[in-house]
Amino acid sequence: MYRARLFASKHARAYEVIYNATSPVILSTLRVINKITKGRLDRPITWSEKIIKGFLFDCQMCGNCVLSSTGMACPMNCPKTLRNGPCGGVRENGNCEVKPEMKCVWVEAWSGSSKMKNNLAIQEIQFAVNHTHKGSSAWIRLAKENKQIT
Amino acid sequence: MTIPEINNQTYTFHPGELLPELEGHISRGRFERVLRNGDFAVTAELAPPDSTDRNEVFEQAALFDGFVDAINATDGSGANCHMSSVVVCALLSYIGYSPIMQISCRDKNRIAIQGDLLGAGALSICNVLALTGDDVSAGDHPEAKRVFDLDSISLITLIKKIRDEGSFLSGRKITNPPQMFVGTSINPFVPPVESRILQLEKKINAGANFIQTQYCFDMPMLKDFMSKTVDKGLTEKAFFLPGVGTLASSRTARWIKNNVPGVHIPDSIFKRLEGAEDQKKEGQKICTELMQEVKEIEGVSGVHIMAYKQEECVAQMVKESGVLGNRKPWSPKDEY
Repeated sequence: MYRARLFASKHARAYEVIYNATSPVILSTLRVINKITKGRLDRPITWSEKIIKGFLFDCQMCGNCVLSSTGMACPMNCPKTLRNGPCGGVRENGNCEVKPEMKCVWVEAWSGSSKMKNNLAIQEIQFAVNHTHKGSSAWIRLAKENKQIT
Repeated sequence: MTIPEINNQTYTFHPGELLPELEGHISRGRFERVLRNGDFAVTAELAPPDSTDRNEVFEQAALFDGFVDAINATDGSGANCHMSSVVVCALLSYIGYSPIMQISCRDKNRIAIQGDLLGAGALSICNVLALTGDDVSAGDHPEAKRVFDLDSISLITLIKKIRDEGSFLSGRKITNPPQMFVGTSINPFVPPVESRILQLEKKINAGANFIQTQYCFDMPMLKDFMSKTVDKGLTEKAFFLPGVGTLASSRTARWIKNNVPGVHIPDSIFKRLEGAEDQKKEGQKICTELMQEVKEIEGVSGVHIMAYKQEECVAQMVKESGVLGNRKPWSPKDEY
């Protein structure tokens, strides 16, 4: 939802606090669930991630979530799906070149990031999206990857 | 015009030969040498033709002879169809010019781009410019599918990987990887202006060796941007070639300002154009003066001229600006 999404980058610091507090809990819960159910709940979990992140961030379920590095603005809402900053076509009012009625996702991202404690994360280079993850849950993937590490 | 010479085959076709390897150089092309030598470089944009006639490419390139160090071949500029940049560069390279192959992420995915890079290497193309590209909606095929598999920074990362690690993204080895001198663009004028310098830093960290900017008409803003660039030490990591251009009239300028995303034209330019008797001449005069001003800015290594539909004036403007000093860039006329 567009308004919820603008709210997220506007209150990026609060979202960051919530994210830092909840993400370890969510991930470890998912790890336990995965251990017990052996992936049988993947579909409902993916579905709930889609609903929650869809409402809060207009999440497009790319499966390569970088929200915490992009000022809580989902870069997949950029018509060019840019992952590393805006293109050269941002309008003088800060709106999108392609959708003039929409605020540039990266203008949102920079303003969100500047409010966050980890405001250097936006400077990390994000390589292109891995399209094999499209539609899958970034939460489950992270949970499973962590599981392999630990 | 020197086209008859081309048609009379004074310029025989042969693959452009690479220069010998040099310590501290990435590519074996002439453009990088000019920059590393500390000379003020001049690059110009060539508009690929809507035609299969290769002479149209040579005719345009010949307009720059002796005044331009490297020629940018645009890749579907403004999301409009033209001859492909790979082929334009191949043609130029065959004559011996130093082309800069623009790659836009709009039309090709990572598989196509990697293939093009190897092909470009085989044709002695030594310079690439990694661009995100205008959106399809800006051009004459708004119904086309956008690709944007990569963005400009991912593209720089990709080119650097191929070059330095000698492998495709998949890790599969490449024998003789292309030794590309990688450039990218930056638009110092789009909001939020404070973030532009960070965006530039990101691009340079990704591996950009040279930067050609979007049109610069607002010199105070450019100077401010460049001084921040120098302060950050970025001019030691990459070469900067601010972009300048010609405006045919105040009407054209107005149209560009309203329709071409990301072009910032200050009111002072409009005033000058409106007050001039011959607006086209005034536009060229402005461009010439911008070149001179650009040369005086600290941290600048050259200038990039985008004289769309006024390519025939480039040589004259460079000459009048005096930015080359006594130096005369390579020209096929000296060679053959």
